[in-house]
Amino acid sequence: MKVLVPVKRVIDYNVKVRVKADNSGVELANVKMAMNPFDEIAVEEALRLKEAGGADEVVAVSIGPTQNQETIRTALAMGADRGIHIEAPHEVEPLAVAKLLKEVVAREEPGLVFVGKQAIDDDCNQTGQMLAAILGWAQGTFVSGIEIRGDTAAVVREVDGGLEHLEVKMPAVVTVDLRLNEPRYASLPNIMKAKKKPLDSMSAGDLGVDIAPRLTITRVEEPPAREAGIKVSDVGELVDKLKNEAKVI
Amino acid sequence: MSILILADHDNGQLAAATLNTVTAATEIGGDIHVLVAGDASGEVAKAAAAIAGVSKVLTADAGTLSHGIAENIAPLIQSMAAGYSHLMAPATTTGKNIMPRVAALLDVMQVSDIIKVESADTFQRPIYAGNAIATVTSNESVKVVTVRSTAFEAAAAQGGSASIEAVDGGADSGLSSYVKSELSSSERPELTSAPIVISGGRGMQDGSNFAMLEKVADKLGAAVGASRAAVDAGFVPNDYQVGQTGKVVAPDLYVAVGISGAIQHLAGMKDSKVIVAINKDEEAPIFQVADFGLVADLFEAVPELEIKLD
Repeated sequence: MKVLVPVKRVIDYNVKVRVKADNSGVELANVKMAMNPFDEIAVEEALRLKEAGGADEVVAVSIGPTQNQETIRTALAMGADRGIHIEAPHEVEPLAVAKLLKEVVAREEPGLVFVGKQAIDDDCNQTGQMLAAILGWAQGTFVSGIEIRGDTAAVVREVDGGLEHLEVKMPAVVTVDLRLNEPRYASLPNIMKAKKKPLDSMSAGDLGVDIAPRLTITRVEEPPAREAGIKVSDVGELVDKLKNEAKVI
Repeated sequence: MSILILADHDNGQLAAATLNTVTAATEIGGDIHVLVAGDASGEVAKAAAAIAGVSKVLTADAGTLSHGIAENIAPLIQSMAAGYSHLMAPATTTGKNIMPRVAALLDVMQVSDIIKVESADTFQRPIYAGNAIATVTSNESVKVVTVRSTAFEAAAAQGGSASIEAVDGGADSGLSSYVKSELSSSERPELTSAPIVISGGRGMQDGSNFAMLEKVADKLGAAVGASRAAVDAGFVPNDYQVGQTGKVVAPDLYVAVGISGAIQHLAGMKDSKVIVAINKDEEAPIFQVADFGLVADLFEAVPELEIKLD
């Protein structure tokens, strides 16, 4: 079985994002970029499945400008076997990403797609569910545990009230949550090896998918700043302030 | 214009976030219908019909709808979509699971997690863990929207008298089946709607130390939350997590104990009205957003706080 892992290139999670002065977006020039942390967890899970004998190939796919090939190389350095880069000139919305991935799925015929539950840039939390929808596949979302049992996957989902266990029929799309695993670091020899691994490139047009945005972002702005408050000297003063000044207890 | 809201519920009780979603729909304007898709969820339908501003409740009752299985509920909503200008749901784990599937079936882009309605087609939503706010316009024929409940007041749970109408529940997709749930049970208020939240972080050192926070919570009628670090360390279950990828809370009072204040955590609580931070590290970033900061050893400060609340 093959596992397909879509990986998104985003601003590194440690970077403090800055809104552009003209309010057209956030500053991306000269900013450190990295693989979406949730997608790293997806890559890791695919690798573990392969190492346990449950998969025979892990294919990483990324959509975006040429620099996205670096993100694919990161997945290859972690241990993925092969990469596919879909060149796209602008931000691609989750619906169009799902349509592109559907075409990749048609060519690659994976048994599972592992993908991060959300990207930390647009925080949409849509792509996996949309891909499952247009493939007519089962979806296991926000997953913190997975076990393959023949042609079904037993998944544990992190839900608002706690945990939920589902059995999803394969092929399936699984969107992964934080506590599924801790991704490995790529070793230097593996980073070198990754440079020789196959990486196919194609354009969104090659796949016959219209990626024109459906939504228009008219303005991006800083959230209202929160003023730093005061330091209190002890618990007594804290309780007094909360009772008599803030009046919240 | 008419709006269909997917109710979040567990077949017995309507989740409070549904009420906030009704308010967001009211700001858009038009007839508001609520879909209760479930199994033997008659009480939920009655509760939905009593919400002020709701004109009709549609109930789809079937065994295949009992556990919010997206593969069964999404086609049901798709089949009902004609005639609605907006399909909405609270951005709970249920709404986040189902609505993108609905949007893709309808070939429209979803607008996730809105925090403000500017007009019927323009909304504000946080991006980059709330470090930027995007204004987004959708020209889709039907707008699929999820709503951040803390950004909207709750609609009045009483006062409405909507009609209740049954609709066909649709078939089983045969793709996913529910096995079981492991739900945390607590006598305390639900985290996302509690007026006061007290959360612990890595500084708590051990899960057993959360008992200190629980004692304070019980005196204040508060919910107990946690940072990702505390959940990852196994101190408390996942449903305690407040942050970018956990729950978003905006209580009247948020007390952060032993939490350093990573941006991913701040994303989940910085809209709280009053923030208190207790941390022994006076350089901790949490103090930059705290209204009242106490630099102290939490193992001394929290028990003292509990006593002083009497």
